[in-house]
Amino acid sequence: MQITSMHFKARAREKLRDTQLQQALAKAQGKFVYTRADAILELENFEAHRDAAAGIRDRVIRDLDLYLEQFEKNAAARGAVVHWAETAQDVNRIVCEIADLHGVRKAVKSKSMVSEECALNEALEAAGIEVVETDLGEYILQLAHEPPSHIVAPVVHKTKDDVSDLFEQKHKKPRKTGIPELCREAREMLRPHFLSADMGISGANFLIAETGSTLIVTNEGNGRLVTTMPRVHVAITGIEKVVPTLEDIATLLRLLPRSATGQSITNYVSINTGVKSRDESDGPENFHIVLVDAGRSKLLGGAMQPMLRCIRCGACMNHCPVYQNVGGHAYGWVYPGPMGSVLTPLYAGLQNALDLPHASTFCGKCAVVCPVKIPLPDLMRNLREQQTEQGLRPGQERLALKIWAWAALHHGIYAAITFIAARILNGVAGGEKLLHYFPGGHGWTDGRDLPAPEGRTFRELYRER
Amino acid sequence: MRVGLFVTCLVDLMRPRIGFAALRLLEAAGCEVIVPGTQTCCGQPGYNSGDRSSAKALALKVLREFDGCDYVVAPSGSCTGMMREHYPRLFQDEPQQLEKISELAQRTYELTDFLVNVAKLQNVPGSFHGSITYHDSCSGLRELGVKNQPRQLLAKIPGLQLKEMQDCETCCGFGGTFSVKFGDISTRMADNKCSAIQASGAPAVVLGDLGCMLNIEGRLRRRGDNKTSVLHVAEILAGEEGT
Repeated sequence: MQITSMHFKARAREKLRDTQLQQALAKAQGKFVYTRADAILELENFEAHRDAAAGIRDRVIRDLDLYLEQFEKNAAARGAVVHWAETAQDVNRIVCEIADLHGVRKAVKSKSMVSEECALNEALEAAGIEVVETDLGEYILQLAHEPPSHIVAPVVHKTKDDVSDLFEQKHKKPRKTGIPELCREAREMLRPHFLSADMGISGANFLIAETGSTLIVTNEGNGRLVTTMPRVHVAITGIEKVVPTLEDIATLLRLLPRSATGQSITNYVSINTGVKSRDESDGPENFHIVLVDAGRSKLLGGAMQPMLRCIRCGACMNHCPVYQNVGGHAYGWVYPGPMGSVLTPLYAGLQNALDLPHASTFCGKCAVVCPVKIPLPDLMRNLREQQTEQGLRPGQERLALKIWAWAALHHGIYAAITFIAARILNGVAGGEKLLHYFPGGHGWTDGRDLPAPEGRTFRELYRER
Repeated sequence: MRVGLFVTCLVDLMRPRIGFAALRLLEAAGCEVIVPGTQTCCGQPGYNSGDRSSAKALALKVLREFDGCDYVVAPSGSCTGMMREHYPRLFQDEPQQLEKISELAQRTYELTDFLVNVAKLQNVPGSFHGSITYHDSCSGLRELGVKNQPRQLLAKIPGLQLKEMQDCETCCGFGGTFSVKFGDISTRMADNKCSAIQASGAPAVVLGDLGCMLNIEGRLRRRGDNKTSVLHVAEILAGEEGT
């Protein structure tokens, strides 16, 4: 996906003024935040589950090579072919080669964020293959030629009216306004594609090492059609998604849907193991699993390693007060919110997303809701440090910090500066005791007044006490 | 017990009366209060801007200044969070410093947390008549578990009624340099907070961090609300004489 994260500030400003988006975001916030809060109460000890889940993920990541080899061996034993993609381009090349090998003309897709990283649809279309997204949200976005704005609810930025207009225009059928009618129309449009597709492309929420299976959690049922109906199934996911056992999966599945959508369990949990055997009536004849690195292995053994625990539930963005106000598109790449503020610089280049690690008040909400306890603010702070070390911060900011640090370390000078500042700011503010503007402070004063200092510093007054 | 008051740079410059209110509360709790005259800042602005070296230098300065205090107390969850949670991380690879810094971190407390859990303050000197709503500042709440402590203390004031606002635990949008770097996002977050405060029906919002105070008060006034008062919890608890 083309990265536009360098324009975060401008995009965010635009999104804050988009009243329709603001309505959609307010609605989504209510849905995700409050339903999750209820859902986690169903678990007797949610914190113990978080500890266990983080432990499982850490165990895998520590010995990632081992579990990946075990996964490949067991998947191959069931007739699947495992492909290793080092880069996003490799993914596109591999999938195009598979399509070519099997004479594929049409592919149906269920949701896969990794395929968004690679811009797989464009690559397949360039190879002359028709690609149809079948997740309702992704289908809407494909019609609208827009990228997703949320990893779980990709179309959360659109309202029902937007969808009514879009369907009327693209399907060339009478305008529907009810949600059931809109869903029915989408199903009617999609059904022939499921039946005629040669290839189904899915993601995988988890890879199960002991069985060589891929697992997806879905709500619409399209994922099950995509993975079982076409003769070729291609599952694409990151190498970090491997989990040792089905028992571990049970723990993670208690957390994933609850954290993501506030559901106790999703409507479908599909475990795909191997190709259709001779005595089975359903399933693909060819099963290819593409395991993607694209920057992941570089995090191993470093300060950013905890990010590999991520199970892509989206709780961090749902609860982030910045995301809640600007939405996902402002972040400019596949993953928005705090997760994106860490992943985008790591996978798409630190210099391409300078604002993202700074676009957080460090309120800490993301870290407390994360089901696998990723210390997201700490990781963002580490990326800020990397920017400083690599000289990527603006000169003015570096100079201001240097002066501030120097003054703070010399209390006599610090006392003199604050002595003067307290008096000047108090004098300028006058009887109102508010500053409406001050030089260099428009970031603050464009939207707020600055309450003025009382006039004398604590240290002066204390000395006179 | 000897308690070092960490005034915080914002209180020193902007609202000395909060510092005196904290002082009065600590004295009311029977503490011998020391206020090191050379103190400046905890180092958080540098730390959160990606400049570890200045944060480390300031951490060592704080360590020297509060040597000999049984406890260090700050009228801020944010600065306390920096000292309690983040100072030790700065010296993870320096075992010699780490021991002393960790020991400092463990005896550093946010004001209301200290008054309730260490000093066990029984009688609150302040008086207030009317209703207030309480904003939970992020660092205090999520790094230090400051939630019931201020409410427990406020409940000791006869005539004070607490009206909780919706989403009292949601960030006000301050975030230090975030408030200037991303002024429009920060303003929107402050705006949401102001609406929640006004919807609570309380004529005053009380909180424990000066950063949030300036942000919320600044936005309320720009919105044309000159009535809702924004008070630090120490001001209310210490009462008139302290301010």
